[in-house]
Amino acid sequence: MKTEDYILSKRKYVLGFASIFVVAIYILRLFALQMTSEDYKMRADSNALMRRIQFPARGAITDRNGTLLVYNQPAYDIMVVMQEQEGVDTLDLCESLGIDIEWYKRRMAEIKDRSRNPGYSRFTQQLFMSQLSMEEFSNFHEKQFRFPGFYIQKRSIRQYAFPYAAHILGDIGEVNPADIEADEYYRMGDYIGKQGIERSYEKQLRGIKGSEILLRDVHGRIKGRYQDGRFDEQPIPGKNLTLSIDIELQKLGERLMQNKLGSIVAIEPSTGEILCMVTSPTYDPRSMVGRQRGKKHHELSMDPMKPLLNRAIMGTYPPGSTFKTSQALTFLQEGIITKETAYPCSHGFHFGGLKVGCHGHGSPLPLVPAIGTSCNGYFCWGLYHMFNNRQLYHSTQEAMTRWKDYMVSMGFGYTLGVDLPGEKRGMIPNADYYDKAYKGSWSGLTVISISIGQGEVTLTPLQIANLGATIANRGWFITPHIVKEVQDGHIDSLYTQRRRTMVSPEYYEIVCDGMQRAVEAGTCRSAYTTNYVTCGKTGTAQNRGHDHSVFMGFAPREHPQIAIAVYVENGGWGANYGVPLGALMMEQYINGHLSEASEAKAETFANKVINYGDYVR
Amino acid sequence: MATTSDKSKSIFAGIDWLTILLYVLLLAMGWMSICGACYEYGDPRDFLSLASFSSRTGMQLVWIGTSMVLGFVILMTDERLFDTFAYLIYGLMMVLLLITPFLAHDIKGSLSWIKIGSFSLQPAEFAKFATALALAKFMSSYGFKFQGSWKNILISSAMIMMPLVLIVMQKETGSALVYFSLVLMLYREGLPGFILFLGIAAITYVVVGLRFSESEAIGSYISWGDIYVVLLIIFFVLILYVVYCRPAAIREALSSNHALGSFDSIQRMRYLYIVLFAIGSIVIHLSASTLVDHLAEHQKNRVYVLLGLRDDPNGVGYNVNQAKIAIGSGGLEGKGFLNGTQTKLKYVPEQETDFIFCTVGEEQGFVGSAAVLLLFLFLLLRLIHLAERQPGAFGRVYGYCVFSIIFFHLLINIGMVLGLMPVIGIPLPFFSYGGSSLWGFTLLLFIFLRIDAGRMRMQR
Repeated sequence: MKTEDYILSKRKYVLGFASIFVVAIYILRLFALQMTSEDYKMRADSNALMRRIQFPARGAITDRNGTLLVYNQPAYDIMVVMQEQEGVDTLDLCESLGIDIEWYKRRMAEIKDRSRNPGYSRFTQQLFMSQLSMEEFSNFHEKQFRFPGFYIQKRSIRQYAFPYAAHILGDIGEVNPADIEADEYYRMGDYIGKQGIERSYEKQLRGIKGSEILLRDVHGRIKGRYQDGRFDEQPIPGKNLTLSIDIELQKLGERLMQNKLGSIVAIEPSTGEILCMVTSPTYDPRSMVGRQRGKKHHELSMDPMKPLLNRAIMGTYPPGSTFKTSQALTFLQEGIITKETAYPCSHGFHFGGLKVGCHGHGSPLPLVPAIGTSCNGYFCWGLYHMFNNRQLYHSTQEAMTRWKDYMVSMGFGYTLGVDLPGEKRGMIPNADYYDKAYKGSWSGLTVISISIGQGEVTLTPLQIANLGATIANRGWFITPHIVKEVQDGHIDSLYTQRRRTMVSPEYYEIVCDGMQRAVEAGTCRSAYTTNYVTCGKTGTAQNRGHDHSVFMGFAPREHPQIAIAVYVENGGWGANYGVPLGALMMEQYINGHLSEASEAKAETFANKVINYGDYVR
Repeated sequence: MATTSDKSKSIFAGIDWLTILLYVLLLAMGWMSICGACYEYGDPRDFLSLASFSSRTGMQLVWIGTSMVLGFVILMTDERLFDTFAYLIYGLMMVLLLITPFLAHDIKGSLSWIKIGSFSLQPAEFAKFATALALAKFMSSYGFKFQGSWKNILISSAMIMMPLVLIVMQKETGSALVYFSLVLMLYREGLPGFILFLGIAAITYVVVGLRFSESEAIGSYISWGDIYVVLLIIFFVLILYVVYCRPAAIREALSSNHALGSFDSIQRMRYLYIVLFAIGSIVIHLSASTLVDHLAEHQKNRVYVLLGLRDDPNGVGYNVNQAKIAIGSGGLEGKGFLNGTQTKLKYVPEQETDFIFCTVGEEQGFVGSAAVLLLFLFLLLRLIHLAERQPGAFGRVYGYCVFSIIFFHLLINIGMVLGLMPVIGIPLPFFSYGGSSLWGFTLLLFIFLRIDAGRMRMQR
């Protein structure tokens, strides 16, 4: 053993010599680099390389008819090199740029503060003032020779052709530290989509940065391109997007909704393309460009009416009677009712002490007129019979679960998956929910109001419009989406695949009969037109204040071109606002314009103001 | 029976002050380099503001101060604690490495940093001393022997591979490669020399073969790379022959207790091994070049750039190119403290972390950078000396782990900056900016000094 240990301990010499060998080689290498040639010294003095990023142009955005909505416009940043700017007449500079001396001092201190500006160097250009307008720029440009050390850098900012569709288009802003950490692409001062499709299609819109390698001298001055640009990479511009929006329809929608709270969403049923998505109140997207973005954004975020909220996908509302169509479909498919089943309604649904009111109409009545007149009693009875049916379901819980599955298959209760950020899922209660809420003791009667779209049920206007599209298609829908085409690219297969509901097409025909009757002889009579067959359903959603006015419909009945949801907060009866607004929108889209009479009507509605007082929602 | 004062006196008496002196010198030069790397050329601010805590210079001062406190605390402990808790520390550290990617914020693709308040810690840096302790404990256990025990070799390798794999999962390949260096310690502890030799030979074939694989020598089938590799194989075979097959070497083997058989049979066996080595070498070379041939062009390019074999002034090659210019421009005496221009203008990326040696080269010149290398060499040789004087295997194994890890960091980091080694991002011990790395190395070194100081007690 001893000899073996002795032999092993000799290995220390191998390791020791290995260390000496490596250090000796490295010292020789240092000698070769530092002592034998002046080459590196000269290169350090004259030939240092610098990489400069070249920014790609962001993709442009057009509407479904090719009308340009968003494009790029040059803007100018003022850059400063601290080392060179000493001795500049500060007062003159401030005057030329239209800033006060305090702002100047604060900005200079910010630039030098390394905790805020980690990349600071006295020799390189630092951002002094960003996004000057053309006018400000030309003012400064004339006098620039008086301000050595101040440079102008061109960059592009977004410009909007119309004051509409702010929530859809969104905007861009400077990246924050979290963005930089999450994605290698971004550097300090880069722009990133903050809202709307600018955010959800950021990767397609932004393009690929290029770079050029420049030669720089010891003072950081640029001397030329390295090897005549052999290693330069050209930036690749971002992809253009074509939206499914019809800007004329969007414009009419925003006009009709002014001075009201709510939303209008229209979908092309055969493709799931969103034709318009109005949310009110809104703002002018052109006000969110350039240096005023921060201030404007703050102002909007403080507004109690919440203009930044995209109510079409973020507002969750009780759907009211528009929801009855989904109930009729569920009851038919489950065999609870047939087309002929009639239920009594004596000014509402009465059971024990429970009463759900209804307006006066003939009784008992079958399904088609029940939809036409929007009878509350009918659907309460339907749900009551479904939830108490012990041949089909072992328990109320099981019936509830079955019911929930139908609702989910129609796109309720979960986000639909629209290609805009911030979509809400709404609320479809399940058995667990009521077990918890009522500690297990509840029945169909307890939850009866869900059958008329009240109670716990909430949907987004997009989900209501999608219900219209599903009925128009007789039982399927394509996930609603706002981007119709990406230049040289594919859209997500999510937006091309049909999603079927659990209800057969023949039952949809019955509901279409009901909705046609509502337009011809029921609650939606003001939507009637001789040009095409319209199907519609009103909703009057109760809430703490004045009722919400809702309309869901589509037209024409055969080969439908448009499905629509209108939601006007505190607008009263569905027929007050929902129906006429929906009818005008459908006319605009199908005919491409409004008739003279309709135009007058549109003007009247555009001028109507709903007073929300200081009610904060 | 020793009194308390007796004990503390004996503890300080046993400490190797020479190593501590080297440690302090390296820290001091390291901090000067950080000043150089972070200092703004022509900045009118006075020198004192360098120490403000908002700057990296100031922060590094904090890391240095806390490291010294940490070192002192370790010296005050009882070294037997490390033996007792070695496996526990190792186990906890592996759990920490395992969960790190789930807690970590993605920093430029790396999942190795955990945020605690406003600080970020890199657990991988602390896994080194934990692994060294566990290996020391395992390899000092009663009856442990390498030669002839594949089981022991396998278990030790597994203990090394575990942190390696976990760190690869954090996408920190460079830090993971450090664990391969522990082969040096295994070699000292009796790992057959030919395994080390095979490993080094294989790496040499791959690098040399790829480096010259594109220059055609004979037709389009045989490249200069192939010819060089064949020459290397002949060279290695000759070395093996001289070391193992000379009559004198065989007689020596015969005289040791372990060799069985006649002179002829041993000689025949050894010839056979050398032939096997030659065949294995050719197989390794052919499979490596076939593998690379079958890669797509961009993947191939990536391999070449990673190995530092292809110029890429836009990416990895840019760093190395800039580093060489910075060092080369230093000359004999350098440009002087805080006077480097290349590092000031931020030409060199990662200049206060992985490429810190550039600042030394530029500002201190050949004299300063050679001095730094010599300081490291003294430290390494001192570590070997200390490791060899340990009475038990525990201290020796731990000591060689420290040696191996510091040796590897030096080899790769400085080799990379000098353009001799592939670009693998690992820090230069005691120099590179960062608390985790400095604390990690301090723990590693001072635990060894503590163990060394206690060697007298074991002898008693």
